[in-house]
Amino acid sequence: MTQVAIEPETKGGLVFHPLDQFIVKPAFGDGAVNWYTVTNLTVWMGIILLAIFAVFVLGSRGRAIIPSRVQSIGELMYGFIYKMIEDITGKDGVKYFPYIMTLFVFILFANFIALIPMSYSPTSMIAVTATLGFGSFVAITILGFVKHGASFLKLFWMSDAPLFLRPIIAVIEVISYLVRPVSLSIRLGGNIAAGHVVLKVFAGFAALAVASPAAILGIIAIYGLEVLVAGIQAYVFTILICVYLKDALHPHH
Amino acid sequence: MEGELAHIGAGLAAIGSGFAAIGVGNVAGNYLAGALRNPSAAAGQTATLFIGLAFAEALGIFAFLVSLLLMFAV
Repeated sequence: MTQVAIEPETKGGLVFHPLDQFIVKPAFGDGAVNWYTVTNLTVWMGIILLAIFAVFVLGSRGRAIIPSRVQSIGELMYGFIYKMIEDITGKDGVKYFPYIMTLFVFILFANFIALIPMSYSPTSMIAVTATLGFGSFVAITILGFVKHGASFLKLFWMSDAPLFLRPIIAVIEVISYLVRPVSLSIRLGGNIAAGHVVLKVFAGFAALAVASPAAILGIIAIYGLEVLVAGIQAYVFTILICVYLKDALHPHH
Repeated sequence: MEGELAHIGAGLAAIGSGFAAIGVGNVAGNYLAGALRNPSAAAGQTATLFIGLAFAEALGIFAFLVSLLLMFAV
């Protein structure tokens, strides 16, 4: 989420700071956040990269015929994404497999590592998810124009519809096309941020002696839901990128 | 005064997540109804199910975002 300054409130026994966990602050020392400052966001992104490196490079280093446990995790993810691209974009989409695999693995690891208590969740920042979403959107749009030239615009021109309806449908199609990166990035960021806020609110209830057993049970249940959401959001982001890629590669309906 | 109005607005915006819940339930329920009638075709449609769920859910997240903005950013 965006950086929100919250005044500390100390009225009553219950203290809620559900959004404090999203504040970006320098990881070492104090001071202003500049573009070159190493923040907690940077540190946790580095940890995510190290984790990905550990699973996919160090874990699969042996390239064993009978895979070890870590290697089979990597192989399962690889096969899963490969099949997804083949099913949705077709054979000619396989060329873009490395990019889509990178997206999936980064989002998945970011979502899961963010569930470690006291950690920072990069994918809850709209800045991070918008970079992923808008970057992919611009790349896919350019790809469509490079592949098909001006006939890529036929994506918006429904040749099945009655002639007088086509301009109206074209306007709607263009709007829905332009809204894609916004919904893509806000869906991921909002889902993760909302989940973490809910966890923090339940943790705030745990401070009350009366409510604490229910709150602890609630935290466990919500945590399980969040594990599910972390996987599903990574999956949905990747599958939507695949669908958009298919539109760019085959714009004719 | 404006602060209180923003809080009322945030509460009203939170109603939107309830409607998103209706949408998500619709998608999942219809998928299940179809899947139970023709279980052999169900496996091929899970991707569509998740895309539909994501689209329905995203609008609820938008409502949540609006209420967060009203609470903390306005």
